[in-house]
Amino acid sequence: MSDDTLLTMENVNVHFHTRRGVVKAVRDLSLHIKKGETLALVGESGCGKSVTAHTINQLIPMPPGVIESGSVIFRDRDLLKLPEKEIRKLRGTQISMIFQEPMTSLNPVFKIGEQLADVFLTHQKMTKKEAHAKAVELLDLVKIPSPEKRAHDYPHQLSGGMRQRVMIAMALASPEPGLMIADEPTTALDVTIQAQILDLLTDLKDKVDMSILLITHDMGVVAETADRVVVMYAGRKVEEGTVYQIFDNPSHPYTLGLLNSLPSNEKYADHSRLEAIPGNVPDLLTLGDGCPFANRCSWADEACEKSFPGITELDEGHSIWCHKSEEVKNRSVR
Amino acid sequence: MNSTETLNTINAPAAESPLAEHWHQLKRSKTAMAGLIIILAFILIAVFAPLLAPMDPVAQNIEMRKTAPFVSEYILGTDDLGRDMLSRLIYGARISMTIGVIAVGIALFFGILIGVISGYYGGMVDKVIQRLVDIMLAFPYILLTIVIVAVLGPSLTNAMVAIGISQIPRYIRIVRASVMAEKESDYVMAERALGASDFELMFLSILPNCLAPISVQATLGFGSAILESAGLSFLGLGAQPPTPEWGLMIASSKEFVTSAWWIVTLPGIATLLAVLGFNLLGDGLRDILDPRLRD
Repeated sequence: MSDDTLLTMENVNVHFHTRRGVVKAVRDLSLHIKKGETLALVGESGCGKSVTAHTINQLIPMPPGVIESGSVIFRDRDLLKLPEKEIRKLRGTQISMIFQEPMTSLNPVFKIGEQLADVFLTHQKMTKKEAHAKAVELLDLVKIPSPEKRAHDYPHQLSGGMRQRVMIAMALASPEPGLMIADEPTTALDVTIQAQILDLLTDLKDKVDMSILLITHDMGVVAETADRVVVMYAGRKVEEGTVYQIFDNPSHPYTLGLLNSLPSNEKYADHSRLEAIPGNVPDLLTLGDGCPFANRCSWADEACEKSFPGITELDEGHSIWCHKSEEVKNRSVR
Repeated sequence: MNSTETLNTINAPAAESPLAEHWHQLKRSKTAMAGLIIILAFILIAVFAPLLAPMDPVAQNIEMRKTAPFVSEYILGTDDLGRDMLSRLIYGARISMTIGVIAVGIALFFGILIGVISGYYGGMVDKVIQRLVDIMLAFPYILLTIVIVAVLGPSLTNAMVAIGISQIPRYIRIVRASVMAEKESDYVMAERALGASDFELMFLSILPNCLAPISVQATLGFGSAILESAGLSFLGLGAQPPTPEWGLMIASSKEFVTSAWWIVTLPGIATLLAVLGFNLLGDGLRDILDPRLRD
């Protein structure tokens, strides 16, 4: 493990034991996040992105969730082996999280200044007055106008974008920020606000020297913010690379499909319908050991149904997991 | 609210706490305000009883027994032992309010504590607690109270404790239900992700969001506690003579209901008014705080 790595996940398997059977939400997932980088975790709903994030800060509801195997090394400690008390110390100090729904992620009965100050008071020794001053400082940092006044507002008095800023401020209320997990931070916001929030995140990342794990299904967001990308499909990692490698040379059939389904002006000059990936995400309950994308992939054959492919390294830091890498290679985005 | 403040709030949404907002809604409900005024009146009477009562509530004047109201210096007349009715009623308010505070206090404390734990942890903890609650709720209410008093011995303090204990199950149910609904909220997950402990989540972030139904139940519970203590005293299981407790006053003078109506009727009216006040306010609060009843 090189020195500039902040977090390494190795062969993580997360299962949910439901009444209908075992849902294998994350399978053999390995990834790493370097200090100061933004890693985007991309995939459609239900592919295990959020479960991966919740594995890191141990928020998976157990039962029914079980982390079957693997390790999550964060700053030389295996998070999966730490007692709950230690994990709680890490949450909000070294690993913080912002959520998809800013409208409901703040406690409705407390003023936002109080909620922010509480984060300081939970983890650090300081007086209420100091905590409040710090809270106002943070509101200013996330560019909320007249923070002194806003600190006395209740969540329902703020717009969605403002609330997401408050959530980000809460995630920053830490003495030694390391990793910020952003679980679809802009999904609930409209496009202009979305751009502002992403700019803010990128800005702050450099200011406080932290890494971001950005979870999203929006390739536009990825292009704007990420340094590296991990593409997930049905609980598996299918492609990994820098943002340039992924966008210039997408090599897994699924990544190709994702990028093809993006609207772009040149592509749709002559025809008007968006391209979609045929078929649906497979049922995680009945998924076998083969490549999960096989049933929707135009290159798939029997080998794909039988086993999950090994790694194919295309370039430094750019890998795919596909049996048909040779055939797919020469096809670029149409 | 002064006028400059009103002007400032035209553009920006008013930084109004939920409490202030509910107060404005409450002011619009006439019945709730009537209830509040009655309650405030009783509270004032209770607090200032020694100043307001014209005479000693237990001093007897045998010569003036069963004096009718408005004919002597005893404004509301005297009872069968020649004690001043008005003074006894005023001191009775003090006792009734104390009963309400202590009984509801006991019920709230244990009801919230157990209800939050039951709703938050769920699973086996919840199952065991809820079966115990089922057993308590299966007893006829007054019987449960009587059993507790019988065990503890008849006195006013024990009556308060018994009423408090017998009210606990309702609070457990109400608190548990609201905690179960609230704990799934996004903000609970968000606060957990920021390092909040179970205790902080239960009592500092979830509980404040459950206060609406609890405060409605507590207000109504106040009324029923007063009524029940009057009932227990009437049965001889609560306050003991010569305490000027309303239920006891009714019980000890029931044979005069035809000859000296005021001795029985006045404490009855006092009880009725106090309970009515709490019920009116409770219903008003429910209208405001229960989103299903809001239009």
